[in-house]
Amino acid sequence: MTAAPHTAPSQTADPDTGYELEPDRPWVTIVHNDPVNLMNYVTWVFQQLFGYSKDKAELLMLDVHHKGRAVVSCGARERMEYDASCLHGYGLWATVDKS
Amino acid sequence: MGDGGQVVTFFRRSGQDCVATFRPDEVRLLRKVAEEVVGLLTDGFDREDPVVGRLFPDVYPDSQKDSDEFRRFTEGDLKTAKIDQAGAILAALPEEGEGEVRLDPEASLAWLRGLNDARLALGIRLEITDDTLLDYELDEAIAEDPSSPRVFQLSVYSYLGYLQDSLLTALSR
Repeated sequence: MTAAPHTAPSQTADPDTGYELEPDRPWVTIVHNDPVNLMNYVTWVFQQLFGYSKDKAELLMLDVHHKGRAVVSCGARERMEYDASCLHGYGLWATVDKS
Repeated sequence: MGDGGQVVTFFRRSGQDCVATFRPDEVRLLRKVAEEVVGLLTDGFDREDPVVGRLFPDVYPDSQKDSDEFRRFTEGDLKTAKIDQAGAILAALPEEGEGEVRLDPEASLAWLRGLNDARLALGIRLEITDDTLLDYELDEAIAEDPSSPRVFQLSVYSYLGYLQDSLLTALSR
């Protein structure tokens, strides 16, 4: 593991949240592959949570399955944290990162 | 297992509801599984437990500090939701004996998520990986000791997968 760059004090940090203000680099929610979740369940969760079409949700699921991970949403950090916590509610393994 | 009849009960769609009629042994098993999930999330809650690590993953893999901060704000709600999901399974099942379970759309959702949590927990305990061939594992475990806890747990894991799949199929219809 390396030191987390966004935990270091920074002049660009928002004084209220401590988050760095880097509007050019949105955050992403990543779903990781795991050996337990059923493929059709993962597809269904993507449809439920993000309103994606069945085709798009299926492609994302296959990306997770074959590549080990896939970006499922991107935007503001708080929004990505919300998405990740919803995905945890469904039992998917989700993390947040900078794109 | 099996009395020569169907080994796994499947959900079917009835109007908006998903319906299944479980045998007494299935009712006992599902109650036990759901109670174990509740136990894991209440009195038995242990952050060092890999199952808890899987159900409540670090949201920032490279920063324990940020992950802990996130957890501080979200873990309570997530834990409550997971306890409620397991509770929905218990609430819909008969206390004992066989019985019909009729799930409205909200209860179906809770069951899907609750069954998934139970499978995740068992998957960690059984060290299931992408390369695990469930039938092969089960044959191996039976050959070693048919009365071992592993044989039982693998059977339960497999059963829950079929059940979750049938519920999802019924719900998506």
